[in-house]
Amino acid sequence: MRARALLISLVLACTCTVFAQNGGGQNGGELRFCLRSDPKTFNPLLVNDDASETVRYLTAGFLLRVNRLTQQPEPDLAISWKILNQGKSIRFKLRPDVRYSDGTPFSAVDVAYTMQRLLDGSVHSATSDAFRSGEGKLVTRVLSPTLIELNFPAPVANLAYLFDFVPILSSTSPQKEMAALGPFFVAEHKAGAFVLLKRNPNYWKKDPQGRQLPYLDSVRLEVEQNPDIEAMRYERGEIDLINTVSPAIYEKLSSVNASSVRDAGPSTDVEEVWFNQVPSAPIPAYKKQWFASTAFRHAISEAINREDMARLVFRGHAVPAAGNVPQSNKFWFNANLQPQAYDTSGALRRLQSDGFRMENQQLRDKNGNPVEFSIVTNAGNRSREQMATMIQQDLKKIGIKVNVVTLDFNSLLERMTQTFNYEACLLGTVNGDLDPSSQMTMWLSSGEDHIWNPKEKAPATAWEAEIDKQMRIQASTLDLHKRKAAWDQVQKIAWEQAPVIYLVNKDSLVAISPQIKNAQPSPFRPQAYWNIENLMLARR
Amino acid sequence: MKMLHKIAIAVLLSAALASVLARYIAPAGYEQQFRDEAQARPSIHHLLGTDDLGRDRFARVVYGMRVSLFLAPLAALLSTILAAAVGGIAGFCGGWVERVVMGATDLFLALPWLFLLITVRAVLPLNLSPVASVIITFALLGMLGWAPAARVICAGARQALQSDFVWSARARGCGGLRLIRVHLLPSLRPALAAQFFLSIPVFIIAEANLGALGLGVSEPLPSLGGLVCELQDFVMLRPEPWRLAPLVVLIVVIGAFQVLLSKQEVQA
Repeated sequence: MRARALLISLVLACTCTVFAQNGGGQNGGELRFCLRSDPKTFNPLLVNDDASETVRYLTAGFLLRVNRLTQQPEPDLAISWKILNQGKSIRFKLRPDVRYSDGTPFSAVDVAYTMQRLLDGSVHSATSDAFRSGEGKLVTRVLSPTLIELNFPAPVANLAYLFDFVPILSSTSPQKEMAALGPFFVAEHKAGAFVLLKRNPNYWKKDPQGRQLPYLDSVRLEVEQNPDIEAMRYERGEIDLINTVSPAIYEKLSSVNASSVRDAGPSTDVEEVWFNQVPSAPIPAYKKQWFASTAFRHAISEAINREDMARLVFRGHAVPAAGNVPQSNKFWFNANLQPQAYDTSGALRRLQSDGFRMENQQLRDKNGNPVEFSIVTNAGNRSREQMATMIQQDLKKIGIKVNVVTLDFNSLLERMTQTFNYEACLLGTVNGDLDPSSQMTMWLSSGEDHIWNPKEKAPATAWEAEIDKQMRIQASTLDLHKRKAAWDQVQKIAWEQAPVIYLVNKDSLVAISPQIKNAQPSPFRPQAYWNIENLMLARR
Repeated sequence: MKMLHKIAIAVLLSAALASVLARYIAPAGYEQQFRDEAQARPSIHHLLGTDDLGRDRFARVVYGMRVSLFLAPLAALLSTILAAAVGGIAGFCGGWVERVVMGATDLFLALPWLFLLITVRAVLPLNLSPVASVIITFALLGMLGWAPAARVICAGARQALQSDFVWSARARGCGGLRLIRVHLLPSLRPALAAQFFLSIPVFIIAEANLGALGLGVSEPLPSLGGLVCELQDFVMLRPEPWRLAPLVVLIVVIGAFQVLLSKQEVQA
């Protein structure tokens, strides 16, 4: 009898230990969540949409991965790496005895094959642009099955981090790009309905107890376009997580069960407004003069109440932005910058010093033209429409009339990039990469994404020339402190000149079922499932 | 039936009166933002609470009715006049003219009008005031909505031309414009009235559809369509049922027009 009691106690003790280690979870089970659309491709090199990116993140293997909490690169398929030749080369030591989901062995030849495919112009991979630092071809040297050296024609800034976006293909697998090195592989796809991912039996990673990861048996990605229906399904327990929820849905879910949602803090997404400064734009010359004036832009920035915007439009789940780098980007944020303080009298003083004057509650410029302009934004985006309406009300206080115009996205894009027939535009920027080198086309005056005046033949102003200089410095040196100093300077100039008026950084809001263990939501993509291999389902 | 008809007229008259007197009925302007009272529940100060930006919902519904109740009938009038002109000419002339005009009408019916409307709106000047933009939107709706009615009018005109009173008038030497003005148009009046009343709710809903796409009336001007669009995040409706007010008003107004329409249809 005593022996039996002892046995039961031992079994209980073991069970408790296992539960404590797993956080109450267990191996197996299916995680379910939604995609906004059907994935456009399963070829990891061609990914250009969110749904395909989700499948790629869950199935592909990478040489290294950036930890979404520490923001530092960590070994993955590569055990270690070394930057050589002033940033022109990188040498990877690869993990031995790794196999793809179909059993094909992984080696340095696969890395060489992937890099050649990636940089092949006919593939049109969006990931490849970051590696194109100069004229010439990539030279790959396979030194052994587990050692490879990649030589680029010119130094590549942030070289190691870029491999967080490079999925490694198999050069020999009969399944080609469908052979997976990541935690899952694509088992079934019903167009418009779902994608079923199953555990990769050959996944190399193990937990500290030596158990093979991932813990989950499968992931079911269901296509659901409507976020409200997605929220209802989450409430009913039909899905286990929502990677991004709107502030309204967050509040609703939180009021029912506070532990079912989490605010992971400010994301890298920033909402912004800018004035059209293209010299050939078909807008009146006097308006071009206003938009080119730093004092005018600063006054507008000063007259916008960002605190109210964060509180009302985003229900407190956003913070006023000082620039396009959020505070959550720990290393690259310039801590000396503060969001522009709301001060209508200060804005008016600044405008008066620039020749503007108030007449019967209407602001006029030095030639007597009433100050009135339109802000375009994309139709159907409620938070942007609300922000534009708030700006309209804020600027009315300093005598400026603003017309809010919502356009379908294609028309908006055409005006922004081809006809330049707009005055001010309110949109958002999604920064997938934390490193400033990914923003070269935005900040270089010759860049296509230099939104206020794209593709300048030569810098139009001295401060734009200075930004060009600093961006080139940060892109061409390996010294992290020099890069940081240059990028800080770019952020400072952008704050002082306000070519883009940054409004708010939205928080990353996620819904994660309390049934999911080991979840550690991050402000950075993919917020809720970045550590998918460690996620575990509690007993249902 | 008679009672229902009276109720419908009473409803529409009250709604029209309320929207005309919005300035005196509403506790605040439709654009005024009480930012410290955002998302407030209904109270004495804000009968239907406030929206996300602190704007009084009741004021926005009352002002929003202005757009829907006055501009939709104007758009309906425009489309009915166009339908009468096109359908009347086709029916009166008959032969190849009718075939060509009705062929063009069929082509017009096949146009994806929503995309056409979006395209036309996209090329409008950006600095139009919200009022001008909404007038243009309804004018476009009116100009695009005549085709279905034109077919009905054409058929009506053709039928009227075969009737005894027209033969009699022609036999007495009545022709041309006088025949149209004195004999044809009065006989088509019930059909035209039915088309007019039929178009009003269609245009109110069309504006609501545009509002749902974010392409309706521009901010801060409210319309019933734009206000209904705010119900898209319906997960919030269970705790805040008063947000359904614009939808209820829209249903009641369209219902009242439908009741009037039934009577007109019977007459036609």
